[in-house]
Amino acid sequence: MSGAAVPLAAPDRPISWVPLTIVIILFVLVAVLGFVAARWRRGEGTGLHSLDEWGLGGRGFGTWVTWFLLGGDLYTAYTFVAVPAAMWATGAVSGFFAVPYTIVLYPIVFLLMSRLWSVSHRHGFVTPADFVGGRYGSRALTLAVAVTGIVATMPYIALQLVGIKAVLTVLGLGSAENVLLTDLPLIIAFVVLAAYTYTSGLRAPALIAVVKDLLIYLAVIVAVIYLPIKFGGWGPIFDSAEAKLAAVNPATGKPTGVFIPGANSYSAYWTLALGSALALFMYPHSITGVLATKSRNTIRKNAAVLPLYSLMLGFLALLGYVAIFAGTNPVDLNGAVNPQLVVPQLFLDQFPAWFAGIALAAIAIGALVPAAIMSIAAANLFTRNIYRDLIKPDATPRQEAKVSKIASLVVKFGALIFVIAMDQSAAINMQLLGGIWILQTFPTIVAGLYTRWFHRWALFGGWIAGIIYGTIAAYNVVNPVTKAYFGGSIAAIPGTDIQVYIAVVAFAINLVVATGLSLLFHAMKLPGGNDITRSSDYGADENDPKVAQIEREHPLAEPGAPTF
Amino acid sequence: MSSPDVPTRGPARPGPYVATGILLAIAIVIPLYVPAYSVDEPRLAGMPFFYWYQMMWIPITSALVGISYWLVGKEDRRRRESVRGVTGDEEER
Repeated sequence: MSGAAVPLAAPDRPISWVPLTIVIILFVLVAVLGFVAARWRRGEGTGLHSLDEWGLGGRGFGTWVTWFLLGGDLYTAYTFVAVPAAMWATGAVSGFFAVPYTIVLYPIVFLLMSRLWSVSHRHGFVTPADFVGGRYGSRALTLAVAVTGIVATMPYIALQLVGIKAVLTVLGLGSAENVLLTDLPLIIAFVVLAAYTYTSGLRAPALIAVVKDLLIYLAVIVAVIYLPIKFGGWGPIFDSAEAKLAAVNPATGKPTGVFIPGANSYSAYWTLALGSALALFMYPHSITGVLATKSRNTIRKNAAVLPLYSLMLGFLALLGYVAIFAGTNPVDLNGAVNPQLVVPQLFLDQFPAWFAGIALAAIAIGALVPAAIMSIAAANLFTRNIYRDLIKPDATPRQEAKVSKIASLVVKFGALIFVIAMDQSAAINMQLLGGIWILQTFPTIVAGLYTRWFHRWALFGGWIAGIIYGTIAAYNVVNPVTKAYFGGSIAAIPGTDIQVYIAVVAFAINLVVATGLSLLFHAMKLPGGNDITRSSDYGADENDPKVAQIEREHPLAEPGAPTF
Repeated sequence: MSSPDVPTRGPARPGPYVATGILLAIAIVIPLYVPAYSVDEPRLAGMPFFYWYQMMWIPITSALVGISYWLVGKEDRRRRESVRGVTGDEEER
């Protein structure tokens, strides 16, 4: 149990002072690092006055920095809170799919991302929508990709706040009666985060990620070794999980959860894993991490070493079962059971106060890294693909950096208001939709890396079709207990009763529409749009000249035709 | 606005790419084939097969991607040397 527990005036939860002090100390340390990061690897006297410097950390991160940065970026605090929460509440299908998801992710990253790196390096692309603009010469398609990216990222940032909130609640900060008191620490944390992201750009989360990842590894390794020993091995832990998940839920008349998927949930399990893996690197914050690397091969090398994080995530997921055995009781401020508090509560109950403090700090800091990168990525999309493309085509790099810095503030405060003003489930529903929507940019971005066969308007049509289907299908999923819409991400394939991840069906519809319309538009000889990329761009490495440089040296170069 | 198509790499030999494709396909398809592992027994240190088998695939995938990195990297260096040594007009793949 936690060491010193002093009751607060409000009768909600006592404040756990020792862990709280450690969380505050580590938070301050990380904030200092965030500001210092502005001076780290600084470009030759140019400062942070361009998107390459502010928004991509100078495009020079090597293998190690990238490993920490992407690890901190992809395995977010919300993941750390939500995956064990799902395991605790409903078991394998909604929780443990995260393991195959983060396994099949890396072969996909290996295949796709170095091509995206190369073409972006050659042309100075900062966002995925930049690439789409260069490849298809289509304003509408660029805007579609940019807006999807921004809209899908916003709730993701909001969920990082939910992660911090879970930690603060467990620590006893907050009260059911006083809303301002509850949200004040969250607001302070976010203002500090916004300040150092504004000052240091992508360098801040890159540096902080190192601290955060080391803390999280420490916490998980200790928990995974110590808790099973304390509880008599994994056997009884899994047995108690099996018993809980098999128990019939009185509200639905069905078992509470799934311990080992039966034949009727195979397709849900693997489509969740595959769909999520395909979608993850379409998120702007993942692509920002890729484009910030210094060479074509950095991301490939990382695809081989990043799975260490998946192993950690797998064990963390199992902590959800450990909590079942330990009888962890995640009660929120309003007295209701909130599964998201399960892992913070488990650490607080089972470890000495100082160690619980370290683990909780790791989760809270873990929210800051992705929140910073996501806000930078969304800001870059706004700057490049809305501000520059639509409002001020001749924006200088310095103006771009300035707009992006301000946009990152707007994005973060938008997310903060989202979490404070709206119900938490609104953020979760939006995140669920965001995952479905972002996958609909996959055909445009990924097909574009290999071929210009798909017609730009056909891809646009496919995108619309996928988004419409996905949104309606997600809306129609009704939570069996609360009867609310947006009750989950699994639905039957239309006309069958095979349960699958909605995003995957939407993706299939998207592809069919894009293919059909491409055939039609080619037959109609609709203009395909100007492609500024060449096939050689997709294999370029860091030693090859950039396009701007080639153009200086070959001023008479004739305009390029589509390359395939 | 377009650049001249100066090849960045020489022509590819299919061997390493085919081998890489097979390795990566294994790393994607097998972990997603749920019927193969959705069973409780045999347990490992109390952990049901369903759980430890999937965890086991994490280092296996890591190794498969690592081997792919080595195979493709070697071929990539050869292709780059072939254009950087001689500035020819070979067709870029």
